[in-house]
Amino acid sequence: MMASHLLNLTIFSAVVSTVFAMLLRPDTRSRVRFGLLAFGGFMAAALVVGWIMYPFPL
Amino acid sequence: MQAAAACGAGTTCAKIGLSRGVGVEDDLAQTPEVIVRAARPAAAVPACLLAWLLPGAGHLYLRRTGKGLVLMGAIVSMFVLGVLLDARLQPYLGFDDPLAILRSLAQMAMGVPYFVARALGVDAGQVVSVTHEYGNTFTEVGGLLNILVILDAFDTAMGRKDTGA
Repeated sequence: MMASHLLNLTIFSAVVSTVFAMLLRPDTRSRVRFGLLAFGGFMAAALVVGWIMYPFPL
Repeated sequence: MQAAAACGAGTTCAKIGLSRGVGVEDDLAQTPEVIVRAARPAAAVPACLLAWLLPGAGHLYLRRTGKGLVLMGAIVSMFVLGVLLDARLQPYLGFDDPLAILRSLAQMAMGVPYFVARALGVDAGQVVSVTHEYGNTFTEVGGLLNILVILDAFDTAMGRKDTGA
């Protein structure tokens, strides 16, 4: 079930971003903004680090 | 009146504008209103206990209904997904792998869902499953997020963090 790395990464990023946004921001607008930024940051960082690690056979 | 109705019975509250370092009149005209509730120190312990038993329940107890429901949905769904991904929930005992003990403690921070999953017998996990480590990560991070939620419930009850519904 759900063997896709990208799908798992996306779900993980969405849930963690949602919780962080709810805990760290006081109102709906700033929560949505923070949540989207955190989600994008998670995804971008994982993809960039993944590509950087790609040539290394470790 | 509107603020008092939003706060519910048993609490003291008022509506204020957030300051952005500009004129007061501009503040009131441009910034969203935030409900500020009085501290309820006596509610801190039950709120923390409820928050541990069920993620988000502490915020529901403190009448942060929306926040509590979102936190509950996010964290419980993360834990359930982790179990479906063949996570191991059985605790690691002994000191041959101390970090594994911390991982087990993180899973236990989930509260009732953790013990329900164990009682249902879905706690063995499948180490040969391709998603086993994903499942472990989901369940452990879910528990760690719930620790943050418990601390947030405590701060909310103590009046240190009194904004947001």
